[in-house]
Amino acid sequence: MRAPLSWIKDYVDLDGISIEELAHRLTMAGLEIEEITFVGLPLPPGDKHDFKVEGIEWARDKIVVAEVREVGPHPNADRLTLCRLHDGDGEHTVLTGAPNLFPYKGQGPLDPPLKVAYAREGTTLYDGHAEGWQLMTLKKALIRGVESYSMVCSEKELGISEEHEGILFLPEDAPTGIPLADYMGDAVLDIAITPNIARNANILGVAREIAALFERELKQPDTAFKAEGSPVAGQFKIQIENPELNPRFVAGLIRDVKIQPSPGWVQRRLRLAGQRPINNIVDVTNYVMLDIGQPLHAFDYDELMRRAGGKPPTLITRTAKKGEKLTTLDEVEHPLQDFTVLVADTKGSHSIAGIMGGLDTEVTEKTTNVLLEGANWNFINIRQTLGYLKMNSEASYRFSRGVHPALAPRGVGRGLELMRQWAGGTVCEGLVDEYPQPYADPTTELTAEDVRRWLGIDLAAKDIAAILARLGFATRVKGEVVSATAPDHRVDISADPVIGKADLLEEIARIYGYDNIPETRLADVLPPQRNNAALEFEEGVRDLLVRQGLQEIITYRLTSPEREDKRLPPGVAPDPKPYVTLKNPISPDRFAMRKSMLASMLEILERNARLRARLAFFEIGFVYHDSESGPLPDEKPRLVIAITGPRDLPNWQSAEPELLDYYDLKGIAEALLEGLHLTGIRYEPGQHPSFHPGKQARVLAGERQLGTLGELHPAVHGQHDLGPAPVLVATFALDALMAAAPPRHEMREVPAFPPVLEDLAFIVDEALPAGQVQALIEQTGGSTLAGVRLFDVYRGEQLGKGKKSLAYALTYQAADRTLTDDEVAKLRKKIIGRLERELGAALRA
Amino acid sequence: MDTLKQLDQIEKDGLAALAAASDEEALAAWRTAHLGRKSGLMAAFDGMKDLTKEERPLVGRRANEVKQALESALEKKQSALRMAALEASLSGEHLDVSLPGRAQPLGRLHPVNQTLRRIYAIFAEMGFQVYRSREVESDDYNFTFLNIPAHHPARDMWDTFHTDREGVILRTHTSPGQIHAMREYCPETIRVILPGMVYRYEQVTTRSEMQFNQVEGLAVGPNITFGDLKGTLTDFARRLFNPQVRTRFRASHFPFTEPSAEMDVECFVCMGDGCSVCKGTGWLEILGSGMVHPTVLRAGGYDPEQVSGFAFGMGPERITMLLHRITDIRHFWRNDVRFLEQF
Ligand SMILES: [Zn+2]
Repeated sequence: MRAPLSWIKDYVDLDGISIEELAHRLTMAGLEIEEITFVGLPLPPGDKHDFKVEGIEWARDKIVVAEVREVGPHPNADRLTLCRLHDGDGEHTVLTGAPNLFPYKGQGPLDPPLKVAYAREGTTLYDGHAEGWQLMTLKKALIRGVESYSMVCSEKELGISEEHEGILFLPEDAPTGIPLADYMGDAVLDIAITPNIARNANILGVAREIAALFERELKQPDTAFKAEGSPVAGQFKIQIENPELNPRFVAGLIRDVKIQPSPGWVQRRLRLAGQRPINNIVDVTNYVMLDIGQPLHAFDYDELMRRAGGKPPTLITRTAKKGEKLTTLDEVEHPLQDFTVLVADTKGSHSIAGIMGGLDTEVTEKTTNVLLEGANWNFINIRQTLGYLKMNSEASYRFSRGVHPALAPRGVGRGLELMRQWAGGTVCEGLVDEYPQPYADPTTELTAEDVRRWLGIDLAAKDIAAILARLGFATRVKGEVVSATAPDHRVDISADPVIGKADLLEEIARIYGYDNIPETRLADVLPPQRNNAALEFEEGVRDLLVRQGLQEIITYRLTSPEREDKRLPPGVAPDPKPYVTLKNPISPDRFAMRKSMLASMLEILERNARLRARLAFFEIGFVYHDSESGPLPDEKPRLVIAITGPRDLPNWQSAEPELLDYYDLKGIAEALLEGLHLTGIRYEPGQHPSFHPGKQARVLAGERQLGTLGELHPAVHGQHDLGPAPVLVATFALDALMAAAPPRHEMREVPAFPPVLEDLAFIVDEALPAGQVQALIEQTGGSTLAGVRLFDVYRGEQLGKGKKSLAYALTYQAADRTLTDDEVAKLRKKIIGRLERELGAALRA
Repeated sequence: MDTLKQLDQIEKDGLAALAAASDEEALAAWRTAHLGRKSGLMAAFDGMKDLTKEERPLVGRRANEVKQALESALEKKQSALRMAALEASLSGEHLDVSLPGRAQPLGRLHPVNQTLRRIYAIFAEMGFQVYRSREVESDDYNFTFLNIPAHHPARDMWDTFHTDREGVILRTHTSPGQIHAMREYCPETIRVILPGMVYRYEQVTTRSEMQFNQVEGLAVGPNITFGDLKGTLTDFARRLFNPQVRTRFRASHFPFTEPSAEMDVECFVCMGDGCSVCKGTGWLEILGSGMVHPTVLRAGGYDPEQVSGFAFGMGPERITMLLHRITDIRHFWRNDVRFLEQF
């Protein structure tokens, strides 16, 4: 919403309020000033402002009101003229090519003289000839043999509009010699209007807020019109079919208007407010909408008569019929849905209610009689229609946010009067006003206690009433209770007494000033304090991985099946469970919620592959699986780890670096699981298609699979732009990890008696997993065998083909005594015996 | 007493000779000469049998003194020689201490999670605990229960991703968690923060993302005021940014709060003087907040005539960007190591 200060001043006196103060108070009260465009008024001092500053100021000593007393020819150029101009101090000869001065050329002294904006040497203005808004400074120059040092300005040069066809003419009574900034300097506030204050999307609304904030009087708009024509009754009728959707319809009639451009000041106001002037009739509808907030529509009355066969027309508001279509002003044909409300007549529909008028009945240059509509529409219904039409107009912006029906007759009254003033003609007496569904302005009760309880400030009932009165509420104080009836320009106060109370509390806080409400600390009862076990576990996992030197990443959770399928080798069918997919994706490669963390991880590895040889990442996040039990998917927490590249970071000493392999990743996984105090973990060969078939393990706690780890399948590796080093990946179900982790763990006593250390090596079949050997040793050794650690795997000719030697460092230790040689020897014999019998192992001498 | 005089001489000679010895070999020879079986000192011990009963203890004590003196002098000398030899050998061993160290991998949390942890910690101390809820939500939880009915103008405030299932969307804010928390905890009082990923139908640019985190907060109880909202959030800002930071609360609009406020924090880059980070205003927009709307309290099971509450929401990515002057939000999910390694 662009609000020129000069226009706001129609309704509230701004004397003594600086632009900065005004902008600050409005912003703090919820009318955020996003930008101020200065059109002549002095720019605020300094660089620090609450708002963005645009535009220029008109130097008071350099740009003044002047009068052109005579327009003469240029001796050397037909398209230029020389003006004899008086700027209050003296006469100047000004050279210009403005086409709108040509008619005066050679007419001798002008009476009355033409009032213009005159810029002296050294003035900074916009360059009228440049594209966009370029500043330039007036310098002395010789143009076709005539010296030029000053100029008469166009609107564009002054920053008022893009108009540069001719120079700006000022009214005859503009006082010659006064600074132009004093005469018509302006600034335009660009205000962000949130949906709850849509009532302020007009000049009067902004002025009302200013009046309330600064405790000034609000002048009411003049909505009376001078009617000298025959009564309107009988000249047309209005018929509302659905009062729910069209609560009110008001119309008036003006005859014998002359379509022409609006007065200059009107055009300037409209342009400053961001509206393009069209002609006086259309401009009135826009002006009134911007002025007081009621959108209007002007019909060509004679065209309506023609459609009605020469009889007084009947305007009918109704919903669209099945298959009905309508061509709007912009010459676009719209297919309509059956809930859309139309303004029609006996011949057919001609406009989409509240959104856009129709082509057939619009005002043209030939129009002489105008029927002016000011209606009220159901804002939800308007929104539904906008939803499928994908249209936008200033009218629909307002109607889709709610307009009070009381504005309709005011808008039509004001519109008719302005048409009379700007277009001539005679207004017919009276209005036709169909108001089948009157709006009840709610009365809400609230007390000083409500204000204290909700806002934390102590206000007396009379002070509360006074604040609300400043916003136009009709208030009554009875003891502690304030009853406030909402003014008839706003529809945002709920009729629900509790919600209505909150609505009023917001208004009280805004006008009282958020700044003035003291800061306090919560003194309310502290709720039961609860841990968030899942989050704590997740954060614990993060810490365990960070401590191992891994970098955390966070990736997009939106993906596509194509992206995710790259985690599988060619020919492997992805799991057929459906994705959660978007109806309205913003990018064609991100329309589904991910089912795999691995795919996201591979994307990030790819992105970094050329940047670092060694990468070590992890991510904790969710995957999304369509649920069988309801419409909402399951969101499952997952962990993915990936490492690749040299084992050590590059440094100046290292020779040929060794590459990270399966056992590095397994070490990370083991440290993680140990840090979580998980016990009884098994690693068994796995069959996950994304992994190397021979280099992957399922991680099991009991029979429950916690995750998978291994080397990325070379075929999958090949589908990605990765370096040659193997990529090691682990995925874990975080919820399974959490379920397997003990809530607490007990300390093992630190041994007080010396251990007996011994190395034993066994020759076993190549195919026998080392894990089985270790498990059997541990099981046989029982509590006396405090530790078993594999320290060597050896293969050699003397062992025989298909054999390997596994060497273990054993630690025998008892918690309560020093072990005797005899005890150790017995246990050793038992271990060797079982390994020989059950695994076919032979002790290596 | 000649013998005593002899012992004095033996000690004197021995120490003098030791001073002259300069290597291990000389020390061994010295040891033989002065402490060996054929040394004068041993001869003195041997000669004790010829002394009188009165002389014997005197001489014996003195002889032992001399022996100890020589032995300890020898030890000292030996250790001095060893130190000298070690020093001589170390003088050849010089490292270039300016060469770089052997790099160790340093694990790091993603910068956004670092910020989230700071936010959790500050609110935890004020009694707010973390409550999480789902990302793929029902339209009701994301909008309707939050006082944003279908076709309401306020729905324009969010550009929503709709799923192919009717009534199922990607949550546009973490506010649905307010309803989940209230329905779970009603009629208890509530202080929770609600972190998590949210989604917006928005073109990805340097300033906007289609996926980003939010942290909402919710306090519900019988005596919670707008003043408490201001105090709690100002305390938060002072702990997150700096203890002196000033805040200001501007009227704003969110359908699920009334009154609603934006909290601005004095720009910590320019200390309020105006700079490019704060676009010259001296203020940074940090979070939205307000008193919980009666409709939302009702949807959560509470009676707005008995309890009130406040809620707020902020973007950890935006805060991280401000804290570290990150100018492109796309860095976060791009996960370029050159970015991540800086946090
Ligand atoms: Zn700044």
